[in-house]
Amino acid sequence: MDVIANLGLGLQVALEPTNLLYCLLGVLLGTAIGVLPGLGPVPTIAMLLPLTYGLAPDSALIMLAGIFYGAQYGGSTTAILVNLPGESSSVVTALDGYRMARAGHAGRALATAAISSFVAGTIATVVIAIAAPLLAGAALAFGPADYFSLMVLGLIASVVLASGSLLHAIGMILLGLILGVVGTDINSGIARFTFEVPQLADGIDFVVIAMGLFGIGEIVANLEDETSRTAIMPKVKNLFPTRDDLRRIIGPTLRGTAMGSVLGILPGGGAVLSSFSAYALEKRVSKNSAQFGKGAIEGVAAPEAANNAGAQTSFIPMLTLGIPSNPVMALMIGALMIQGIQPGPSVMVQQPTLFWGLIASMWCGNLMLIILNLPLVGLWVKMISVPYRYLFPAIVLFSVIGVFTLSNSTFHVYLLAGFGILGYIFKKLDAEPAPLLLALILGPMMEEELRRAMMLSKGDAMVFVSRPISATMLAVALVLLALMVAPALRKKRESAFHEDS
Amino acid sequence: MRAPKDFWTGAIYLVIGVVGFFVARNYSFGSTTRMGPGYFPTVLAGLLTLVGLISLVRAFVVEGAPVGALALRPLASVVGAIVVFGLAVVPLGGAVAMLLTILVAATASRQFKLAPLPLLGASGLVAICCLVFIEMLNVPMPLVGPWLRPLLPNF
Repeated sequence: MDVIANLGLGLQVALEPTNLLYCLLGVLLGTAIGVLPGLGPVPTIAMLLPLTYGLAPDSALIMLAGIFYGAQYGGSTTAILVNLPGESSSVVTALDGYRMARAGHAGRALATAAISSFVAGTIATVVIAIAAPLLAGAALAFGPADYFSLMVLGLIASVVLASGSLLHAIGMILLGLILGVVGTDINSGIARFTFEVPQLADGIDFVVIAMGLFGIGEIVANLEDETSRTAIMPKVKNLFPTRDDLRRIIGPTLRGTAMGSVLGILPGGGAVLSSFSAYALEKRVSKNSAQFGKGAIEGVAAPEAANNAGAQTSFIPMLTLGIPSNPVMALMIGALMIQGIQPGPSVMVQQPTLFWGLIASMWCGNLMLIILNLPLVGLWVKMISVPYRYLFPAIVLFSVIGVFTLSNSTFHVYLLAGFGILGYIFKKLDAEPAPLLLALILGPMMEEELRRAMMLSKGDAMVFVSRPISATMLAVALVLLALMVAPALRKKRESAFHEDS
Repeated sequence: MRAPKDFWTGAIYLVIGVVGFFVARNYSFGSTTRMGPGYFPTVLAGLLTLVGLISLVRAFVVEGAPVGALALRPLASVVGAIVVFGLAVVPLGGAVAMLLTILVAATASRQFKLAPLPLLGASGLVAICCLVFIEMLNVPMPLVGPWLRPLLPNF
């Protein structure tokens, strides 16, 4: 049994005392920052990333994974307690979770979230252990054209999740790709879009852009209206779900896990898509569907299981193909590159301890979350109830220090200011920057694969449709585009209809 | 103009696209078989220009929500706090730069006033950050910068 041997190897790495400590530290810090209202996993990870620079690659990744799960869990806690989801994947949790908290069942809702996340995390770990080697094997058959088409598919799929118009999302992708061009071209050595600024020769660091667009822009937007930020904290008691609760959440948890595990692997998938779909499914199949939206415990269990499973299986394409399926994975790839690791099919073969250690530590992280966070919930509640006007200066400070440590230059600090302004403007224009971040990471890889593919085919663009893998990817991308355009058309027709009447 | 959000988003795309296009034309374009450094950015900038143009046209055709007022005070304070850190960290050192960043950022709130307790909290946070980042993680940032060194010869 390869799977068991591999997981055993991984557990050996993950259970090393130092790695266990970093995992614990990551989970704690991730939850502490993630629990702050309005801070999703992307700015949380970006902010805490500098803490991992000095670590060995496996410890750094294990700590980052801990931060990631902590941030996710922290977001759910905030969503349940004060109805302020830090990111879109906890939006659904807030629907029923917050109602439960209002009705005095905050403890049960939190425990349900923790338990269903843990179950989902455990199952998803096994899914990764089985699926990742298969996919890595398949990836060996991928040529440059196939990689290019896969990335096109990933970018198009990311548009599905962007709120707002298709056109603007495509604009964001192009903008991200262009930002990815900034720096020295590896083939010709020519500095592109650097405007004679020497600090730009290595390109714009993705952390600066992520922190500016997602973190700083968000802070300014949160400060627009200070009055709405005063949260009334529900009392948290009875952290233990009843036997009846457990019986009720088994089905939704397992269904959510299955849904999340599948959707997480897809490009553009991950936590957000998973939690929305699982909630929708559960609402349809549950015997208790009339209660949904009014504080149904099933409505907490299903999306929480799904978003954790999806968050976890979205590591599969990242680790095996080197292709991020969402902004969080884009950050993870960036973190790997900082450690000098080029993600791709070879990681599993060349660095098995790193690969399996990371996977095993995902499970350890989930276990720590459930052991730690239920007793510590009082602390998190205290953190949420700190008024925002005391919190945000600290968040700004952490962001600035984080950016400064990237290369110990003030240049990045000023860039952060610039991208912060841009992030706020995007926010005002309802332009969702998530596709930009993904494109920024994929851009250089796409250009490289495109060049290679065209060189191999001697300039014949038909290579993208004549290779079966590539053709399939492009076909799926086209179908996705068509699906997205169709409802928009329908909506437009509807609004035209309303104007007439 | 009927959809201001479309208009301004389109305008941003258009400006970046046009600038990018003309800058990218300085790099050799190459051919489809052997792409030069200019190929990819030129195509991207061209497409972005196109997206910007469509968005601009659409702004006059479809109906859209107005753009809300920019919250200039928080924007200026938060961005100012970041810039202040950049200006202060080398000459004044990490400790002072961090404190200044917190203070400037805090002015973003309308309820901002200098009171002893928040000031104490800010100082505590700065002390922790100095300890973690400068002492423990060895971020090469001077604790006390050259401008202040004459005042604190012991550091």
